Amino acid sequence: MATALAATNHVAMADLKGKVDPDWCPGCGDFGVLAAVQKALVELQIPNHNVVTISGIGCSSNFPGFINTYGMHTLHGRALAVATGVKLANHELTVLVTGGDGDGFGIGGNHFVHSMRRNVDLLYIVMDNQIYGLTTGQTSPTSRLGMKTKSMPFGSIEAPVNPISLALAAGATFVARGFSAEQKHLTELIKQGIQHKGFSFLDVFSPCVTYNHDNTYQWFRPRVKKLEDETGYDASDWMGAMGKSLLWDEEIPIGKFFERTDVPTLHGAEPVLNEGPLVHADTRIPGEVTRPFIEELM
Amino acid sequence: MGQRFAIGIGGAAGQGVATPGDIFAKIFSRRGLHLNAYNAYQSIIRGGHTFLTIRTGPEKVTNMGDRLDLLIPLNQDAMDRHLGLLTDGAACLYNSDTISPGIAAQGVQLCPLPVSKLADVTRNKVAQNTLAVGAGLSMMGIGFQALEQVLTEQFKKKGEAVVSENITIARAGYDYASANFKPFAWPLPMTANRYAVMSGNIAMAMGGAAAGVKFYCAYPMSPSTGVLHWMASHARKAGIMVRQVEDEIGVVNMAIGAAHAGVRSMCATSGGGFALMSEGLGLSAMMETPVVVIDCQRAGPSTGVPTKTEQGDLWQMLGAGFGDYPRAIAAPLDIGDCFKIIPEIFNIADRFQCPGIVLCDLLLSEGRLSVDPKDLDFGAVIDRGELITDASSASGANGDGAYKRYKITESGISPRAIPGVPGHTHTAASDEHDEDGVLISDEFTNPAKRRAMMEKRMRKVTGIEAAVPPPVLWGTGDADVTLIGWGSTKGVIEEACEILTEQGISANQLQVRWLVPLHGDAILDSLKHARRTIIVENNYSGQFARYLRSETSFVPDGYIRKYDGEPFMPHHIVEAVKEQLGGKSRLSVPAHEIMV
Repeated sequence: MATALAATNHVAMADLKGKVDPDWCPGCGDFGVLAAVQKALVELQIPNHNVVTISGIGCSSNFPGFINTYGMHTLHGRALAVATGVKLANHELTVLVTGGDGDGFGIGGNHFVHSMRRNVDLLYIVMDNQIYGLTTGQTSPTSRLGMKTKSMPFGSIEAPVNPISLALAAGATFVARGFSAEQKHLTELIKQGIQHKGFSFLDVFSPCVTYNHDNTYQWFRPRVKKLEDETGYDASDWMGAMGKSLLWDEEIPIGKFFERTDVPTLHGAEPVLNEGPLVHADTRIPGEVTRPFIEELM
Repeated sequence: MGQRFAIGIGGAAGQGVATPGDIFAKIFSRRGLHLNAYNAYQSIIRGGHTFLTIRTGPEKVTNMGDRLDLLIPLNQDAMDRHLGLLTDGAACLYNSDTISPGIAAQGVQLCPLPVSKLADVTRNKVAQNTLAVGAGLSMMGIGFQALEQVLTEQFKKKGEAVVSENITIARAGYDYASANFKPFAWPLPMTANRYAVMSGNIAMAMGGAAAGVKFYCAYPMSPSTGVLHWMASHARKAGIMVRQVEDEIGVVNMAIGAAHAGVRSMCATSGGGFALMSEGLGLSAMMETPVVVIDCQRAGPSTGVPTKTEQGDLWQMLGAGFGDYPRAIAAPLDIGDCFKIIPEIFNIADRFQCPGIVLCDLLLSEGRLSVDPKDLDFGAVIDRGELITDASSASGANGDGAYKRYKITESGISPRAIPGVPGHTHTAASDEHDEDGVLISDEFTNPAKRRAMMEKRMRKVTGIEAAVPPPVLWGTGDADVTLIGWGSTKGVIEEACEILTEQGISANQLQVRWLVPLHGDAILDSLKHARRTIIVENNYSGQFARYLRSETSFVPDGYIRKYDGEPFMPHHIVEAVKEQLGGKSRLSVPAHEIMV
């Protein structure tokens, strides 16, 4: 497919370079996620004007400014709500939502749960560093029990959220986890997530080298284990995926936990969109349609 | 002043107050009569007390009025609450099996209906309502066929047997009244006009459809939910995507997302939901993505009185969202205007790429009015402003090939490209940004650019002012008293002016429809010859009076305020004006005599 398109409108890495370079700390995991997204878009040959990258607020939410697609840098926690509106107004667009664990699982938790049960067709990438970075290091919803931060200097007494289990329970139809340092693997997951028709959730370990001294590259490397390397792992088995999602500490699975393709997407389930995207629809409603609206009141 | 006739129907929620109301409304509008209906109700699904007032007449009926001609109490409680308010010439129709009348004023006709003798009450639980409708119409001098037709339409879906049973009961009530009760002195006339009877919520929803709204989303909240209901039930025919969202934060952000992708997008809520939306409103302003939010005010603060009306959200609208940004705020003047105002405010929002707020209230949202179908114009002007929808679009092409989403222009308006258009990729940001959309908040802070962007956005205020007309003084130029109001109080103030004039006190009216832009200079100009000015509003602190003062330094001679949850009745204003002209007070707070 890529070679056929190359003759006319080839999408190259250079096309996807943003207007400014990322201002993340040197060594930040988010660089790896940005590169993997760009590689995935090149490999899938999706023209950049058909992609909308939408984020909330936080270090990782600066993402849309660093990639040359249509971008929206919205409010803290609200990216998924905005993205749902974008997708429903023009479902021909590829919608990527990027953000952090605080943005998605904390302040945006409500929209996270409801977007998954609605099966909005988009890829949601959470750059999960288990800390609040841009506010200089406070406990996040995924910070481990006992972790000491500026906001919980004596250690967190709250259990962290398990994003994978939560996504499975809320009805996400594609659930995966990547690791920023595993570029090829991550790129593959992003490609699959974009191609999946429905809500794709991709939690990515993206270490914060400045504020999180617990969950470092060194901590993750020996622990992560690819589900793809496991013989017999069946990503269509929801119960099996739920079981895997509970593993932590000694062995932490990454890869595609779960996918099902039999659930209609939100835009696919809505007959109003049968005629095509709303954005192309005529703004005028024909008189034969509006006349009964008035007559029924008479 | 023209002849009017008012009916009050009271009972517990669930007793079927609405159905007789709908039947009367349909019959009146089909006779070519105007009507206004207001339902005083409570936040309860079964029980409590609801009281529906329907007022009709051959000329415009703008409010519930002061006088009831016919009272239909469906239970003892309704009888006890309302009988005492009837005056000479009025009548009360009631079920004499279950309700005993109290003491009525002289000249009030008590009309007992022996319900169990006239209908089989074991078969039909709302027989008393149907009998009363039949009896009432007989006393108004309206032929039975009108009722027969409406009942047939009403019960058609339930089958022939139900239709004929209801017609038989209605006929029994009709004949019983003809034989036993004195008809009203003024039989209701007939005209050649035909009206649509609609609520403000339906009007705003239809206005949205007329404006080309393609995306509507909401979280249910009284009294705005009617907009959602109309949108949801007509969405598929009208080609509108309607979503119910998890909360109002999600609502406004989803609406902004759809608007950003290029469609007209609207949402409605009440004060509490609006509070959740206010950060999103700032997002709309900062990204310069137009969105229209309707606020149907109810009595606050907090959960307040969910089923009662108030004009108490003005300052919330003025201050919604932090920071300075251009916005438009319009308050519809009546239910017909609820329709008209939506395409108008969308044109402002689209042209100036800013949020538009419609400041409605329960009185209009849930009240009903007869509207001339000619005023429901689905061909209203749609001006999308400088919108780039394809790569070859001439509008806003920069010529040099480098598209700048937030290009600094004299008008402050930068051509807006929607996602999907080749060659126009950019990031729209809630952080401050430069012409290119690059953030100047984190690494690249830049005071000069920040100032330029603030000034660019705020320059749009001048354009918005020029696009919106100033209010004008209605009525005689030289009046004893000038009544100033805003939004939904238009009709009741108008009638108060008529009554005052009849009583020898000439009165005129300045009714404000656009709160932002206010046109303070034009207001001052139209008030400069006023002998005595009084600001009338449905809130405690005089929110509009304070706003007008802050913008213009104008201080009126007096204030009439009401904050008990119920709307003004004409006599409240008339009596307060007289009290103030007599020098007794500068602030009048009329008491609502009806316990609802």
